[in-house]
Amino acid sequence: MRSPTPASAPAERLAASGVASAVDEPPSDAVPARRARITSALWWSLALIALLCLIALFAPGLAPYDPNAQPDIIGLKNQPPSFAHPLGTDQYSRDLLSRMLFGARVSLSVAMLAVLLAATVGTAYGVIAGYLGGRFDAVMMRLLDALLAIPRVLLLIALLALWSPVPLVALILIIGFTGWFEVSRLVRAEVLSVKQREYVVAARALGTPALRIIWRHVLPNVLTPVLVAAALGVGNVIILEAGLSYLGIGTRAPTASWGSIFYDGSDAFQATWWIALFPGLAIIITVLAFNTFGGALRDALDPHQLADGKSR
Amino acid sequence: MADPLLQIENLRTFFYGDGSVSRAVDGVSFSIGSGETIGLVGESGCGKSVTALSVLRLVRPPGRIEAGSRIKFEGRDLVTIDERELRSVRGARIAMVFQEPMTALNPVFTVGEQIAEVVRIHGKASRREAWDRAVEMLQIVGIPAPAERAREYPHQLSGGMRQRVVIAMALVMNPALVIADEPTTALDVTIQAQILELLQQLQGRFGTSILLITHDLGVVAESVSRVLVMYGGEIVEEAPVKALFAEAHHPYTEGLLAAMPRLGEARERLRTIPGTVPPPTRWPSGCRFHDRCPYAWERCTTEHPPLYQIGSAHVSRCHMADEPERRNHPHEPLVMQQQRVAAS
Repeated sequence: MRSPTPASAPAERLAASGVASAVDEPPSDAVPARRARITSALWWSLALIALLCLIALFAPGLAPYDPNAQPDIIGLKNQPPSFAHPLGTDQYSRDLLSRMLFGARVSLSVAMLAVLLAATVGTAYGVIAGYLGGRFDAVMMRLLDALLAIPRVLLLIALLALWSPVPLVALILIIGFTGWFEVSRLVRAEVLSVKQREYVVAARALGTPALRIIWRHVLPNVLTPVLVAAALGVGNVIILEAGLSYLGIGTRAPTASWGSIFYDGSDAFQATWWIALFPGLAIIITVLAFNTFGGALRDALDPHQLADGKSR
Repeated sequence: MADPLLQIENLRTFFYGDGSVSRAVDGVSFSIGSGETIGLVGESGCGKSVTALSVLRLVRPPGRIEAGSRIKFEGRDLVTIDERELRSVRGARIAMVFQEPMTALNPVFTVGEQIAEVVRIHGKASRREAWDRAVEMLQIVGIPAPAERAREYPHQLSGGMRQRVVIAMALVMNPALVIADEPTTALDVTIQAQILELLQQLQGRFGTSILLITHDLGVVAESVSRVLVMYGGEIVEEAPVKALFAEAHHPYTEGLLAAMPRLGEARERLRTIPGTVPPPTRWPSGCRFHDRCPYAWERCTTEHPPLYQIGSAHVSRCHMADEPERRNHPHEPLVMQQQRVAAS
């Protein structure tokens, strides 16, 4: 019982070569050009993100001064950019470049960890609701609707008011646990579609336990939109964290985050423009990098974006 | 057939919608012997796929297998055994081959991994052994260079190849029964013949029973010994394949046969069966086919026909078994009359 079926093998080879030639038709010029554009966007945004992460990681080595030191609160305050202080100093004579580098740590880690948390919780919730379906799904989705009806910033302000100052971990947890609603909707919709696919029914027909089906057949096939949403989400959370710091309820002073530095500089923007300008630029560049990455990732992972009309 | 492998008795699978019940499978009984291939034929919506899914209890809510249904298989009733025991039947003793080889495979794993996974779920095989078994199985289903193919993803294979992979997954545990739900419908005609041939070869080799579900009587003619014809959630005719083609009794079977294109017959248009399958929420009273039937008379509209024995191993759910002379007086089916009235 262990030999090939010789009768059908040559015919199959013939059929396979026929199909292969149909797929290998040269696609139109627009597709490679588009593919190249997406690839380059993906790479430069990824490189920028990597650079930002490295800067954050090695901030202690890169920073010329202690970010919280106030060497001469009278003589060195509000210095414009110079050789000694490339980005100038703030109203407490602290070196802005050093504060920016350390601020990157806070801003990036808060954003990335919060998004990781949100994506994980959202995916789990969405997969459970979508896969179980029926009454579970209905109840879970109504609960989600209720949660979505709460304005996020108000909720954050209310929760963050519990601490003064706010520990970084609490900030991450609170932003993360209020940020998963959209992800779970996305995932649930995707699960509803994936669980109808024949390979999921086939997996059940082959005796695969439910958890294994979720882990191997459902989860990998719903992760694409989660990745994209997460990449886009990092940009949003950086802005959110900056906004919260600006409102004075984000990171605790004197810990620097881009938002809190921006807040420090916004009072006297006309006189000491550099204090607000540089964190503002950093936020813009970072958000741009993450959004470009998210967009390019979506385009690269979605075959329809590159469809030449032949592949599905 | 002393002791059938699978015996289905009065299978009823209903779907519960908003205030209505869809009786997709409504009292189906049949059996399959060891090593036998039988065909289950019918139009879309007649309940054949739901019957297939019911055998392995794969029907999802709001669908439900009704109490009183029995699916006896290897000494167990699949309707009542617990989920854990059922999982040991699924894939190991009864396997399914689905219609769409495009979607029946998970796009994110290689085909080798997917076959090996079945082995790992059901056996104590190591990763390595399971993989070797997968490659061996690919070879058995006639895939050239199986060791290389096993490392490819589904989208890298042609439709016929993918269907071979699906068959390999179904057969890897050497099940006693394979349920093939329209296994060739999505394939080119030349590949269809190859796949049917492959199924037959494998059956000869492993002694597997096959339940072949199709809407294509041509497929049935080539590969099965016995045919069940389904209409309106019921079996309307059951006969050995030769008898069915030679002397179909039920008007619906007759209609299906007449709708088949044949060589050497100069016919301007293929004949069709007028009307469509009624919705399973409202089966017609009496005979469920009466409004589309060219022989129907009053009795058919009121009295639900039983399965009449009309030959050895040949049964038909038609009152003409009682009143054969009715066959001499064909008329326009009720739906046609209604359509004309509606149009005028």
